[in-house]
Amino acid sequence: MIEIKDVSKIYHTGGEETVALDHVSLKINDGEFVAIVGPSGSGKSTMMHILGALDNPTTGQYLIDGQDVAKLKDDQLAKMRKNKIGFVFQAFNLLPRATVMRNVTLPLIYAGAPQKEREQKATAALAAAGLDKSKYNNHSNQLSGGQMQRVAIARALVNDPSLILADEPTGNLDSKTSHTIMTTLQALNKKGHTIVLITHELDIAAYASRVISIRDGKLEHDRKNK
Amino acid sequence: MSITDLFSETFWALTGNKIRTALTILGIVIGIGSVITMVAIGQGSQAAIENSIAAIGSNLLIVTPGAQRGAGGFSAGRGSARTLTQADADAIKSTVTNTSGVAPELTSRYQIAAKGQNTNTSVTGTVPDYLTVRNVQIATGTFFADSQVSSDAKVAILGPTTVTDLYGTADPVGQTIRIRNIDFQVIGTTVAKGGTGFNNPDDIVYIPISTAQRFLSGGTYVSQISIAAKTQKVMSDVQQQITALLDQRHKITSSATADFSVINQADIAGAATSTTNTLTLLLASTAGISLFVGGIGIMNMMLTSVTERTREIGLRKAIGATNGDISRQFLMEAIMLTFIGGAIGVGLGWAAALALKQFANVSTQISITSIIAAFAVSAVVGIIFGYYPARRASLLKPIEALRYE
Ligand SMILES: Nc1ncnc2c1ncn2[C@@H]1O[C@H](COP(=O)(O)OP(=O)(O)OP(=O)(O)O)[C@@H](O)[C@H]1O
Ligand SMILES: [Mg+2]
Repeated sequence: MIEIKDVSKIYHTGGEETVALDHVSLKINDGEFVAIVGPSGSGKSTMMHILGALDNPTTGQYLIDGQDVAKLKDDQLAKMRKNKIGFVFQAFNLLPRATVMRNVTLPLIYAGAPQKEREQKATAALAAAGLDKSKYNNHSNQLSGGQMQRVAIARALVNDPSLILADEPTGNLDSKTSHTIMTTLQALNKKGHTIVLITHELDIAAYASRVISIRDGKLEHDRKNK
Repeated sequence: MSITDLFSETFWALTGNKIRTALTILGIVIGIGSVITMVAIGQGSQAAIENSIAAIGSNLLIVTPGAQRGAGGFSAGRGSARTLTQADADAIKSTVTNTSGVAPELTSRYQIAAKGQNTNTSVTGTVPDYLTVRNVQIATGTFFADSQVSSDAKVAILGPTTVTDLYGTADPVGQTIRIRNIDFQVIGTTVAKGGTGFNNPDDIVYIPISTAQRFLSGGTYVSQISIAAKTQKVMSDVQQQITALLDQRHKITSSATADFSVINQADIAGAATSTTNTLTLLLASTAGISLFVGGIGIMNMMLTSVTERTREIGLRKAIGATNGDISRQFLMEAIMLTFIGGAIGVGLGWAAALALKQFANVSTQISITSIIAAFAVSAVVGIIFGYYPARRASLLKPIEALRYE
């Protein structure tokens, strides 16, 4: 279970303050499939980074399985990111000079999986993300936006994390591929993975069992899908 | 992260950006290579000068004629005067104590012919004492004896360079050479002393001084007198005795009007040492500057990649790398870079020093200290500037590192 308690995030840039999150509290249980929606600049990505333990809130608490993330040591955080969390960045953040294969196997290097297993897992993850086999040895900066997106998704899935956080995972995909990806995520959710994704599209949000909407850094709605 | 993965990541990072890697390595190579070469030149010339000082003899004093003062008071320059005579040499030999040898010399350049070969070389008339006084060794045959000096014998001993010029690789002992149309029988050759250029000590012909005076120069003057003192300690005493004796013989009352001078080996060595010290210092500072420039190059390459690498560090942390994983990876990269660059630099510097010795006739001497110092400096610079920015970036929150501009 993950829980944020009264979390605010304030950015200071050139003397100006931006309140990206404004006293948000939220609880997500294991096995939930949550979609976060909201207009651009409303604080969705900011919240995702906090949920992924990639950033700290300015005030408030973030608990993963009852543990206060702010109190964890760097190495414990690294372990958590490695074993529990798979993150799909809105900007992909692939290593530009590395091949697709290398990008996807990268998390497994830190997890210490044997060489053979790495390739198998990466191939499975890439297949689940729907990337054409002919691209596996391309450098990631030689891919289209949609292909990069699939590599970013595969990298998040490869470690079989219990919590998958995806920041607009279908933003660059056509509707057919988007639905394939969503079906994959739904299947993972059925197997027990907790999934939180950000989207702008209502038909993508429809795959989730719960939809949370954010506006100006505040929670607007929080409702169950039937 | 396992060791294999660490190496594989390092290899990937270094081959992934070949230009950056090559430039960094180049900076290290130039820094280390130039230091090693320059220090090798400095030390080599110092050793060469020390050798040639030892080769001129030990506990040596040399009396040279002073400048001859003409009627108008003009000076023809030191050593030009014909004020030293055979009688001076004989007087030194008989009255000055604590000497182990006195060798007057009469040296001039002549054209020498032998079996159709010709060379212009220095002919030194002297006495058998010359061998011990000037540290000359016989390679083949013999040197002439005192009796041959008394009898004005027409015999000659050749230096190795002269042998090569006249006879190539053949043995000249028993052959005849002609100096100013006078036949001399070659009775020996000397061992090479080393040295090059105009004052090559191996390009020489020795003949008895009496023969030189009688047949070549005509007169009893000598061009210089070399004296070996028995020990280092008595050198200044011997020098004083010689000065007093010659002052008396030449009726000199003040040192300003002296028509001779007595130089002692320590003065020559002292002057030469200070020259080589200056040379070494000059080369070392040039080398220091190249090492500094090389260091800045390394630092620059390491730091310029920091933006790109900071994002990479952010990403690696986001997918589970620990701070230790990041530190180890970047430390390994920096070590690899400096190690490869260092090895090439040591190799090239060494090769350059050897090549200079082989092909440019510059005496060089590889110094292990300079290798270690050059290697250490570039390793420290490379590792600090490769490691610390990475270490700092690894302490950022992943999202901050990913946003780094
Ligand atoms: N590093 C930062 N420094 C300063 N301001 C920031 C930073 N990151 C985000 N912001 C600001 O915080 C607010 C929320 O940004 P966030 O990226 O969370 O929006 P979002 O909901 O993900 O928008 P989008 O749908 O366009 O991705 C915005 O006003 C943005 O300008
Ligand atoms: Mg966003």
